[in-house]
Amino acid sequence: MKARVTVTLKNGVLDPQGKAIEGALKSLGIDGVGSVRQGKVFDIELTGSDKAAAEAALKAACEKLLANTVIENYRVEIGA
Amino acid sequence: MKAAVITFPGSNRDGDVAQALRQAGATVVHSWHGDTELPKGTDLVVLPGGFSYGDYLRTGAIAGRAHIMDATRAHAARGGYVLGICNGFQIACEAGLLPGILVRNADLKFVCKRQHLKVERNDTPYTRAYAKGQTIDVCIAHGEGNYIADTETLARLEGEGLVAFRYADAEGRVTPEANPNGSLNNIAGIYSPGFNVLGLMPHPENLIDSLVGGTDGRGLFESLVGAKRAA
Repeated sequence: MKARVTVTLKNGVLDPQGKAIEGALKSLGIDGVGSVRQGKVFDIELTGSDKAAAEAALKAACEKLLANTVIENYRVEIGA
Repeated sequence: MKAAVITFPGSNRDGDVAQALRQAGATVVHSWHGDTELPKGTDLVVLPGGFSYGDYLRTGAIAGRAHIMDATRAHAARGGYVLGICNGFQIACEAGLLPGILVRNADLKFVCKRQHLKVERNDTPYTRAYAKGQTIDVCIAHGEGNYIADTETLARLEGEGLVAFRYADAEGRVTPEANPNGSLNNIAGIYSPGFNVLGLMPHPENLIDSLVGGTDGRGLFESLVGAKRAA
């Protein structure tokens, strides 16, 4: 099974990197960019086949390490 | 005063802080991040500066989950001293020893320069050698020193007097211009509620010898050794 964990900054948390990327995109003349927020993606290969157990394990992984919930939200998606 | 200086993969200020502690009269032992116990009789745990784990994931995130941090949390819970400097402050926040988090400097630049700090209070184990409100001249060197916390946490830190140092100008004025990284309320360092844990971004261990630029950092280490003697 494969899983994807996405970690994003909470609303209201200043994201200077996102701002810099936003500025760079605008300076490249790419139209229609309102704003940019930078996040992280983790692609995880799972050894088991129990979807519920995997979801619980990944949630624990996010809470314990992958995200700092002071400033970040996370989302777990489990694929086939 | 027996100090255990923890070395993580990527720590690089462990030697400097050990020298500062020895100069103040402490006995220093070096510990490894994979150890599960602190050396017997440890009074102070030091999380030194550096770039533990190459700052991967988030600064201090992986080091904050190292085996030795379980022993460090237990030590802090017993009222033991824990000092986190620069990367050590980031590790202390990620390990849950201190609230909030240090994020990328507001202007995205790594800042490496001399910096004045205002000493908020001098009735703590870390600052009794300073005067209340004293301006000290130390060094900063970091890319992620921008302290943030939620509104409630910030109000608690301020309300309980847990801010240790603030970025200031040479006259001790705490102004937006004197803030090198965008930290909320110019916060450069904070205490735990029991004042036994201190995390700070600046490097007091850089300024312990007039030969290399100043001695304003000495007070912190002398305070700690004195606090142990008085206890």
